[in-house]
Amino acid sequence: MEAASIPPGSLPRTRHVGDRVGDGLLYGLTALASIVGILVVFAIVWRVADGAWPAIKFFKFGFVYRNVWNVNLNGGSFGARDLIIGTVVTSFGAMLLSGPISIAIGLFLSELAPPAVRAPVGTLIDMLAAVPSVVIGLWGIYVLAPFDADHLAPGIHAVLGWIPIFGGDPHTESTVFTAIIVLTIMTIPITSSICRELFIGVPSELEEGAIGLGATRWEMVKTVVVPSVRGGVVAAIILGLGRALGEAIAVTQVIGNFIPMSRSLFGSGDTMASRLANQYQGASTDRQIAALIYLALVLLVITFITNYAAQRVVKRFELQRTGGV
Amino acid sequence: MEPRAITLKATGRGRRRLLVNRVAESTAVLAAVLAIAVLAVVIWSVGSRGVGAINPDFFLKGPSSDFFGGTGGIAPALAGSLLLVGVATLIALPMGVLTAIFVSEFAPVSIGQQIRLWLDVLNGFPSIVIGIFVFTLAVKTKVPLLGIGHHQSAVAGGFALAVIMLPLVARSTMEVLRLVPNNLREASYALGVSKWQTVMRVVLPTSFGGILTGTTLAVARAAGETAPLLFTCAIAGQIVDWNPTHSVQSIPLTIYLDSESADPALHQQAWAAAFVLILFVLVTSLTARLMLERSRRKLGLQR
Repeated sequence: MEAASIPPGSLPRTRHVGDRVGDGLLYGLTALASIVGILVVFAIVWRVADGAWPAIKFFKFGFVYRNVWNVNLNGGSFGARDLIIGTVVTSFGAMLLSGPISIAIGLFLSELAPPAVRAPVGTLIDMLAAVPSVVIGLWGIYVLAPFDADHLAPGIHAVLGWIPIFGGDPHTESTVFTAIIVLTIMTIPITSSICRELFIGVPSELEEGAIGLGATRWEMVKTVVVPSVRGGVVAAIILGLGRALGEAIAVTQVIGNFIPMSRSLFGSGDTMASRLANQYQGASTDRQIAALIYLALVLLVITFITNYAAQRVVKRFELQRTGGV
Repeated sequence: MEPRAITLKATGRGRRRLLVNRVAESTAVLAAVLAIAVLAVVIWSVGSRGVGAINPDFFLKGPSSDFFGGTGGIAPALAGSLLLVGVATLIALPMGVLTAIFVSEFAPVSIGQQIRLWLDVLNGFPSIVIGIFVFTLAVKTKVPLLGIGHHQSAVAGGFALAVIMLPLVARSTMEVLRLVPNNLREASYALGVSKWQTVMRVVLPTSFGGILTGTTLAVARAAGETAPLLFTCAIAGQIVDWNPTHSVQSIPLTIYLDSESADPALHQQAWAAAFVLILFVLVTSLTARLMLERSRRKLGLQR
C-alpha cells in the first residue's frame, strides 16, 4: 500500500483549525453555562445570608423562638416563632391531606384506569399544577374561604369542636384551615405525578405474581406495589411539602396575616413566606429589611434541607430502576 | 361470572376481601375525580366572573384615574408581563440549553448527575426567596451597569423569573437531547464532522421542537409567577412602559394587588385579569405538552 510508505508523524493534520476552535469553544461555553447555573444556587444562599447578617448579629438565634413583629418597638423588634409554626402547621396539614389523595391518584393512573383514560386524566391533573398560585389565591379568597366559613368549617366544628385545633369560631373567613386546603390543591399534582411514575416503574412480574397468588388488586397494591417504592413515595410527599413550605402568594391571600397565631385552625395565622410577600412594600427601615431577609434565610434553609433529602431519595429510585432493567 | 350450578359468589372472608378491594378502588377513582373537579371549579369560577369585564378597552387602556369611571384596562400590565417574560427568556433559554448540551454531550455521567441535582435544588427554592435574592443583588445595592440597581426594574424582575425558568428549560432540554438517537451522532462523526458541528447541525435541529415546547412550558410558568416580582418589580407607574430599566406592571401582580384591595370594582378587574392569565397558561401548557408528546413519539420511533 502507498500509505505504508509514509513515515509516521508526517501525516497531514486532517482536523481543521476551525473545528478544533469550534469544539473547544462549544465545550467552554456549555461548561461555563453549567458552572454559572450551579453558582446561582450558591449565590442565592450567599446573598441571602449576607443580607440577613445585620439581623443575625442583632437578633442572634433568638429570632427563631421570639414571637414579635413590631416595626416601632425599640426601633424594630422581630421574631419568627409563630411564622415558623404557621409554616410547619400549614405545610404538614397540607401534606396529611394531599399525601393519601396523591397516592390514590397515582394508583388510579398507574394500576386502575383504563389506558384510554390515563393520559387525559393525567394531563388534567398536571394542568392543576399549571394554574398560577395568584389565581388559586384569588379563588381562595372569594370562593373557597366563604365556602369554608359557611359550610366546611362549621361542619367539622360541630363534630370535632371539642378538640382545641377545631375549636374557636368556625365562621372566620381568613383562616389557617383555608390555607391548608389551598396548599393541598397545589401539592397534589406534584406528589401524584411522581407517585404515578414510581408505581408504573414497579416490575409487572411482581404485580402479576401477587395477582397469580390470588390477591385482590387492593392486596396487590398494599403488599407489593407500595412497599417496593415506599421510600420514593415518602420523597414524593416531601417534594410536595417543599412546595408548600415556600408558597407565598396564595397563602398570604387567604391566611389573614396575623400573629400571634390562633390556636384553632379556624382562626388567622401567618407563615414565613406569606409574611415576606405581605411586607414587601412596608419594609422601610434597614433593620426591618434585614429581619425580612433573615426570615428568607430561615425559610431557605428549611426548604433546602427538605428538597435535598427528597431529591436524593428520588434519585436513588431512578438509578435503581434504570440500573436494574 | 354468573353463578350456575355451584355458586361462585364469595362468602365470608373472601367477600370481605372483595368488599375492601371495591372500597379501595372507589377511593382511588374518587381522588382523581376530586382533583379534576377542583380544576373545573377553579376554571369555572374565574371564567364566569372574569369574562364579563373582557372587552377591547380592557386590553388597550390603562387603569382609569377617574374615581367613578370604572377601573379601565390592564394594558400596562399586559405590556409589562410581556417585557418581563421576554427578559427572562432571553437569559434562561441560552443558559438552559447550553447547560443541557454540556450535560448530554460533554460531561461525564457523574458530573452530569451533580448538575442535575443542583438544578433540581434550584427548582425547589421558594420563588419568594429568589425574589429576595435578586432584591439584595440588584435593588438594595447599586449595580453600576445599564442604570439598573438601587431601584426596582423590569431587568431585575426578569432576572428573577429567569432563575425560576433556568432549571425548567435545562431539565426539559436534557430530556429531549437524551432522546436524540445515538446513531445520528455516530453517522455524523463517521462523515468526519466535528463535534460542535454535529451538535449544531444534527443534535439541536433534531431536538428543536422539544426544546421549544420545554421553553414554552417554562414561559407559561414564569408568566404566572408573582412572588419573585414583589421585591424586584412591583412599584410601577400606570402607563404602558417598554423601558426595561423601569419598574413595570405585570398581570400576576395586578391580580394580587386587586384581590387585596377593598374596592369591588378592582375585584372584577382581578377576575378578568385572572381569566386572561389562566387562559394563556392553560392553552400554552396544553399545546406544549401535546407537541412534546408528539416529538417524543417521533424521536422514540427513530431509535
